[in-house]
Amino acid sequence: MSNSNEERKSCLRGVGVTKVFGSGSKKTVAVDHVDFDFKEGEIVTIVGESGSGKTTLSKMLLGLIAVTEGEIYYQGALRDIKGSRKKKEYWKNIQAIFQDPFASYNMFHKIDDVLLDCLNMRGCKDLPYEQKVEMMTEACSFVNLKFEELTNKYPFELSGGQQQRLMIARIFLLKPKILLADEPTSMIDACSRSTILDMLTKLRDEINMTVIFITHDIGLAYKISDKVYIMEHGKFVESGEAETVIIHPQADYTKRLISDVPKIYEEWDLSTV
Amino acid sequence: MAKKMLEVRELTTKYITRFHEDVYAVDHVSLSIEEGKSLGIAGESGCGKSTLALSLMGYYFPPLHYTSGDIIIDGTNISGMNPDDVRKNILGTEIAYIPQAAMNALNPTQKIMKFVEDVIHAHDPKMPKSDIHDMAYKRFELLGLPKEALEKHAVELSGGMKQRVVIAISTILSPKVLIADEPSSALDVTSQKMVIKMLRDMMESGMIKSMIFITHELPLLYNVTDDIMVMYAGQIVERGTAKEMVFDPIHPYSKGLMGSIIVPEEGTRDKVLTAIPGTPPNLKNPPKGCRFAPRCKYATPTCSAMSIESKDFGEGRNYRCLMSVRKIREVYESEQQ
Repeated sequence: MSNSNEERKSCLRGVGVTKVFGSGSKKTVAVDHVDFDFKEGEIVTIVGESGSGKTTLSKMLLGLIAVTEGEIYYQGALRDIKGSRKKKEYWKNIQAIFQDPFASYNMFHKIDDVLLDCLNMRGCKDLPYEQKVEMMTEACSFVNLKFEELTNKYPFELSGGQQQRLMIARIFLLKPKILLADEPTSMIDACSRSTILDMLTKLRDEINMTVIFITHDIGLAYKISDKVYIMEHGKFVESGEAETVIIHPQADYTKRLISDVPKIYEEWDLSTV
Repeated sequence: MAKKMLEVRELTTKYITRFHEDVYAVDHVSLSIEEGKSLGIAGESGCGKSTLALSLMGYYFPPLHYTSGDIIIDGTNISGMNPDDVRKNILGTEIAYIPQAAMNALNPTQKIMKFVEDVIHAHDPKMPKSDIHDMAYKRFELLGLPKEALEKHAVELSGGMKQRVVIAISTILSPKVLIADEPSSALDVTSQKMVIKMLRDMMESGMIKSMIFITHELPLLYNVTDDIMVMYAGQIVERGTAKEMVFDPIHPYSKGLMGSIIVPEEGTRDKVLTAIPGTPPNLKNPPKGCRFAPRCKYATPTCSAMSIESKDFGEGRNYRCLMSVRKIREVYESEQQ
């Protein structure tokens, strides 16, 4: 966090990004003309309630759904993901961790296969097996898992926290430019949460990756992010440095969100529901 | 002294796996709650929080089995009672339960009113429907829930609303003890606050006489409950008032848990998050002696050699560790510098 934002190159930039579902009377504007600029090596958090359009925006960033209007620039150039070949190339640079670790794995594939797939994707297909094992062991030890204990196991034999950590081991192997984490800690307990956050920050420092964090927990956003975007009904109502936005919020919506989080050092006002 | 609503003495329950192994998920747990008080239970996933909740209700269906101990609700001992009798006579009136995924517990083909009828008919089969409807409307009005919700199906309600409706239904008979098992974990912060406000209002108006609140979100427990109990591997490792537990935890495990608290308040951003290394033990063969010893950075060989009893100090506070309170405080202080 030492170098200032001006020095950092833009990694993912959006101008007037919009997503509309349906048409005519059933038209729903899920994401409404949002502008953003995510820099390299930055942890950015998008905060909003359920239904505010966070996940739709993340799907557009991942290239899973088309953008209705507006442009997304990747590393300064207009993003081009037409055709499956270009899309696959793009996905080497952007990876995701989802909310539900139990639903993130193909349960017919062993953990070895999950990790080997990553190596193949990175172009390490022709390496000797011993070297691959070495790389996988390194990735597992990065997230405090033991590869020897995991080999020949299936993902569902692990606990939720372990599965989520294995997800991070995948990211460690793939070394993408951007990581999109959609509520990665909401289904695991508070204790494993600190481990996961710790690892994500470490990974960011190691490979200078941009982390886009999507959450409704504003405490989490305050803790880890450099920049925060507050989203309400498909629009960004406030954005800026985490310290400024969360300690001195301007928008009413941000103030309400902050007042809804249980406090420890201040009185938590329950009357404002 | 206020009347004790719930008293549990040395309760032990086990799961019998399909390989005929015993897993003691609740191991000699003792606790008590007085009228008008609430107790929070905190701990990692898999530490036995939810099993404790099921055991307290007397809900013993295989693979869960009762082993020993007493559960006394307002003077009546329900331990060892037949689960069917428990369902008829205890659930709903004496003790009520809000399960973890309560919002998914509603049958989508029935209207909300039908659930209310079911609950009341289970205890009083002769009560006329019109009376039940009046009761339901009155209760919903008191709790600030829209009356129209009663005529709707579950799918027409939002997640937060469903959760509040489930709470309203399960407490319609004004139980003496309410057990809420992670009632707000799947909700976003705004709905969570509404659920918490409702539970607090119910406590204040006496609709429920005492409450056990189970969650791993410590800032939430701090704001909701009077006392907090920390559970690890089936045992209670520490108990104290909410304030003491958050600001002055004694047991190394509680200390670790408190280090994982995240709140959006000024000055907390640079606080280092402490994670407890390792994973909770497998309860099939728990570690000898202190169960936390393999993960504890202060552990000595004696910790794993002998079983450790929980020690009392001060009012209602106890902890389960070999070190003395003074020694632990000294260690924590020297670490901070």
